[in-house]
Amino acid sequence: MTVTQLGMPKVFHGTGNIAAEESFTSFAGRELKNEQLRANLGFATHTIRDKRAKVVGELPDWELLRTAGSEIKQDVMARLPELLEQFEKNFTERGGKVHWARDADEANQIALDIIREQQAEEVIKIKSMATQETGLNEYLEENGVSAVETDLAEEIVQLGEDKPSHILVPAIHRNRSEIRDIFLKKMPHIDKDISDNPAELAEASRHHLREKFFRNKVAISGANFGVADSGTLSIVESEGNGRMCLTLPDTLISFMGIEKLVPTFQDLEVFLQLLPRSSTGERMNPYTSMWSGVTPGDGPQNLHVILMDNGRTAALADQVGRQALHCIRCSACMNVCPVYERAGGHAYGSVYPGPIGAILSPLLTGVEAEENNSLPYASSLCGACYEACPVKINIPDVLVHLRGKDVDAKHGKGEEGNKRQAPDQMDAIMGGAKAMFSNSTLLSIAERGLPAGGLAAGRDHKISWLPGLIGGWTKYRDIPEPPKQAFRHWWKKNKKNGPKQRAASDRVDVDALIAKNSGLAEELHRRHAGEAQEEREEAQEQAAELKKEQRREPDMVRREEDLLKGQDDSSNGTTGEGTSSQEGND
Amino acid sequence: MSEAKAEILRRVRASLADSPEAPEVTRAYRTESEKSAHDVRAMLIDRLLDYKANVYEETMDSVAERIEKLLGKSARYVIPKGLNLDWLPEDSAARRHLVDSGNGQRAGSLTDRELDAVDAVVTSSTVSCAETGTIFLNASDEEGRRAITLVPDHHICIVPAESIVELIPESVRRVNPERPITMISGPSATSDIELQRVEGVHGPRTLDVIILDGQ
Ligand code: SF4
Repeated sequence: MTVTQLGMPKVFHGTGNIAAEESFTSFAGRELKNEQLRANLGFATHTIRDKRAKVVGELPDWELLRTAGSEIKQDVMARLPELLEQFEKNFTERGGKVHWARDADEANQIALDIIREQQAEEVIKIKSMATQETGLNEYLEENGVSAVETDLAEEIVQLGEDKPSHILVPAIHRNRSEIRDIFLKKMPHIDKDISDNPAELAEASRHHLREKFFRNKVAISGANFGVADSGTLSIVESEGNGRMCLTLPDTLISFMGIEKLVPTFQDLEVFLQLLPRSSTGERMNPYTSMWSGVTPGDGPQNLHVILMDNGRTAALADQVGRQALHCIRCSACMNVCPVYERAGGHAYGSVYPGPIGAILSPLLTGVEAEENNSLPYASSLCGACYEACPVKINIPDVLVHLRGKDVDAKHGKGEEGNKRQAPDQMDAIMGGAKAMFSNSTLLSIAERGLPAGGLAAGRDHKISWLPGLIGGWTKYRDIPEPPKQAFRHWWKKNKKNGPKQRAASDRVDVDALIAKNSGLAEELHRRHAGEAQEEREEAQEQAAELKKEQRREPDMVRREEDLLKGQDDSSNGTTGEGTSSQEGND
Repeated sequence: MSEAKAEILRRVRASLADSPEAPEVTRAYRTESEKSAHDVRAMLIDRLLDYKANVYEETMDSVAERIEKLLGKSARYVIPKGLNLDWLPEDSAARRHLVDSGNGQRAGSLTDRELDAVDAVVTSSTVSCAETGTIFLNASDEEGRRAITLVPDHHICIVPAESIVELIPESVRRVNPERPITMISGPSATSDIELQRVEGVHGPRTLDVIILDGQ
């Protein structure tokens, strides 16, 4: 637990798997080279996106549902203390036990104590972001309890000993033959002649797990929704492994973030419509379970729920950022995000990937957490995530806000007598970016002006290094010369009328994306300094320097800072470097 | 109050020091159907078929015969204690029903492994939402406890025609949160392997829905 003084009341940040082990840019660099992952993610995001658009289009009142969803969640945040107590009272009166956990360790400890009470050495689990966040599986393992993931994708990830890459399809980075190999290696009774047909692989999983469902006495779940006025918990799922875990064992422990509440049972009518359509693009997911405390003779008789803070109150303290807590984890924002599609879920490090992860993770850990301070930059601010979000979280707004916070953190704002360091390139960017994002005409002009970026391309029309926001990408792979058309123009031209819907064949044009970002950089160069030619020379010098300091990611933007600083104030060419070292993340 | 609880509530209150306003929730979305019963029923059938459930429309006169066909000749199947026996075919030497008492901890209920060994389960249902193709079970005596509709591999579910509604809000009003709720939209499925949909993972792999008129 880290405590950060913000000049306001203390806020308590979260711990666990919400901090990246390395910066977004450094991981994305490696991940971008993984063609399999990129191909699979591209396929997944496009397929789900198209299905989603179709089923969302079916509902004449979709926008009204989004509005209601957003308002209900605002109401929840405003009345959180009261609703938490109401939930506790109702769940307890009906025979359940409510526990409170300040952070990930406390939540894990509570679960372990309950498991020990039951003398269980193995527990079965339903896929849950909350327990991934706390690192529960690893914690239990260290304490001699093995946690068996029962969701097919989680099972693949667990047996394959790696990390999920997508909230919804966590094993999307594995193809069928890899999955077959993993099963052959890890499932003792599997038919050795099994093919890589998905139906056969699913059948193998059914047999493998059935025995575990019957044998195990303790199950662990997350919760999609907790209802204050009825004390109800709810799990939304597809495979039936959830129902197995929620029905057959004697003991059930559910991890729930304190933000997952809704005030009334009636409110579920909104979220039961918003979630499945946004999430898997289905009218409804195959199974949804709800339980309100203990029902004698039906399902677990020993019921627990762990209400978790772990940084959520810190996020709540941020007046702009608190809307990130409205998230219902549908993953729609990921499926429409061009950056996510190219970089892959692993690059975000935290268990919360994609656009929502880019704001939620730093809000939970504090933007000062070095590992997460690159996340707010992992976006092109194209706005697709906002339009897809079923509860209308304004992700681009929060991103810009967090970038501003990150700049403040770097300047040690609040430290007395510490003269503010020379305005660095970040300030220039933020100033420029704010002006541009608040003025779409300006942004359009900047982007159209961008084909000038072509000048940086060598004779082979490949750009191997570009300054600015896009620098973090070009470091890892050569990119083709930007096209003449900027991303937003392309977007405007290509999007159909109505909600963001693109045909499957309409691949996200990464070149256009790059053009957009590098256009931003160019415009800033023009605004803040002199001549394009000089800038480029300087950029090249910086590139050489930066290559020596690979370690010092995240630099997508800081590189830009350095460039601009050179223009703003010729005397502090190295001050920026000094700033970076102070933030050194080792 | 536990120390952790007090601490978390203190933090929440501190974070809300700016007293954000709770908006009035605008429920302008559809809450009442404007479609005819005929259209709503057609919509439900369409959605269920889309999920790869099988759908049959029967009357009190034909339902037993339908269930008999669906069960096949040799079947041991489980029913909840409150199910209307008039719906069922006569037991025979090879086919008979087992009644589950509804309380897993008392005598008269089947164990999980016994449920795994039966061929099918027949139950009724509380309400069905046409727009999403969702059947709501609410643990009534005609639906039984949750395990009996989960472990057997074949679920034959009766949907009384008058329990069909169009919208989710209409459905939510008809269930009682004090009892467990299971919403079923087709047989279980996974798309976890290369996004290819596979029906039937852990829940019943066959879902037969009988829409029953005039009961
Ligand atoms: S931020 Fe919105 S779109 Fe993204 S996962 Fe959360 S609810 Fe879904």
